[in-house]
Amino acid sequence: MAFNFPDAMGLTEVLSLAVAAVLVNNYILVQFLGCCSFFGVSKKTDTAIGMGMAVIFVMALASAVSWAVWYFILDPLGLDYMQTIAFILVIATLVQFVEMFMKKAMPALYSALGIFLPLITTNCAVLGAAISNIDNGYSFIGSMVYGVCAGVGYTLAIVLFASIRERLDATAKCPKCFEGFPIALVSAALLAMSFMGFSGLSIW
Amino acid sequence: MDMQNIISAVAVLFIMGVVFAILLGIAAKVFAVEVDERVPLVRECLPGANCGGCGFPGCDGLAAAIVEGKAPVNGCPVGGAAAAEKIAAVMGVAVEAGERKVAHVYCNGGCNAVDKAKYEGLQDCTAALRVANGPKACAYGCMGLGSCVKACAFDAIHIVDGVAKVDTDKCVACGKCVAACPKKLINLVPESKKVHVNCVNKDKGPEVMKVCSNGCIGCKMCEKTCKFDAIHVVDGVAKIDYDKCKNCKMCAKACPKGCIEPVPTEEEKAKFKEMQAKQAAAAKAKAEAEKAAAAEAAPAAEDK
Repeated sequence: MAFNFPDAMGLTEVLSLAVAAVLVNNYILVQFLGCCSFFGVSKKTDTAIGMGMAVIFVMALASAVSWAVWYFILDPLGLDYMQTIAFILVIATLVQFVEMFMKKAMPALYSALGIFLPLITTNCAVLGAAISNIDNGYSFIGSMVYGVCAGVGYTLAIVLFASIRERLDATAKCPKCFEGFPIALVSAALLAMSFMGFSGLSIW
Repeated sequence: MDMQNIISAVAVLFIMGVVFAILLGIAAKVFAVEVDERVPLVRECLPGANCGGCGFPGCDGLAAAIVEGKAPVNGCPVGGAAAAEKIAAVMGVAVEAGERKVAHVYCNGGCNAVDKAKYEGLQDCTAALRVANGPKACAYGCMGLGSCVKACAFDAIHIVDGVAKVDTDKCVACGKCVAACPKKLINLVPESKKVHVNCVNKDKGPEVMKVCSNGCIGCKMCEKTCKFDAIHVVDGVAKIDYDKCKNCKMCAKACPKGCIEPVPTEEEKAKFKEMQAKQAAAAKAKAEAEKAAAAEAAPAAEDK
């Protein structure tokens, strides 16, 4: 059994990783991961912020724990093929934990998120972040930063989208056949196109 | 793939699972939230329509409030006495019998009310009200555009002949229509009360007659007829004190405009007039007799 850790990352590397996670490779609007909760919880800005916070929290923890699980258990034992199932186990546990914690500490947010909190379990963005960390060979710090920033990117996208939808529902004159979900899909597509403008952006 | 690989894979997942399970078990203990066991029991007694008629955010909100003692056990207007009894059993208190209430629309203008304009905009009372105070010449009455009908989750209110009408069998007194009416024409009243003044127009008689053939003109005929001091003209419109009203319907028969419910038939009206005339004649005769008696007594007094 031999541990095989990735190289440590420099500050500039980590910073450009952060920018990339939030804007350039935004999970929802560029990589199209985690769309179910993106549409499900984006009717009100308040709940969108709550959902975003929950995802940041779960992504950060999931990145850290899945990194540890990979480099301390799976990789040394040569169980690479177990990656997905092991990571899902990690994420499911974390979501359960977050749910318990929220119920105790933030009951209002807990009831506002409702069914979507357990749904983070099956949120592909969280699993995506955990797997990207391994695939790209990020260091532990890099993984944590990437996890947090992917969560921030998710929050940015869902809050932007929620405020757009609030206005759509309140004021926009929308043809009857487009009302509700269809117009939400169209506006999400437009938002995604605008995020395409970040591709190729590299600061350092 | 040799055997060892399979065993190590299974073992790793098994150990991970056990470790996570233990951690979650500990977390569940640490973060346990104490929920009063009565809350879910009370919640089960409620209808679950989440209509908000009780004034709390949904049935869960009311259940929590009842257990905390912030709401009475009969706080649910929809569940009524049946739900109140069940909740009282859970809470271990005696229930005060709350009378069933129903919504009532205080307007019978409809087709009798004069239109001042033809409204073709959004079919919604609040929207119509923004346009020069609505299409009806009467500023107080029902516009019949059905905001209350849309608000009702129980199909209990409908526009009949241009005015909203409550189906008392279906009404559960959730109060959604009361809140929806921009003219504040709908109120919750005890179901046993059958007599209502279906007009709230506060203008003077002649003004009312110009805009509606069914409006209250404030003539006080009802006030004079009522034997129980239950109906009074206040601010130019008759108003019933439901605590005093005995459902005798005399005021309805006395009303010259037929704006008190239940509206009497012509026959009933004629009968009432006859009776009234008889009473008046009897009163007159009595007064005359008294006058004569007084006149007789007067000289006698002078003699003394």
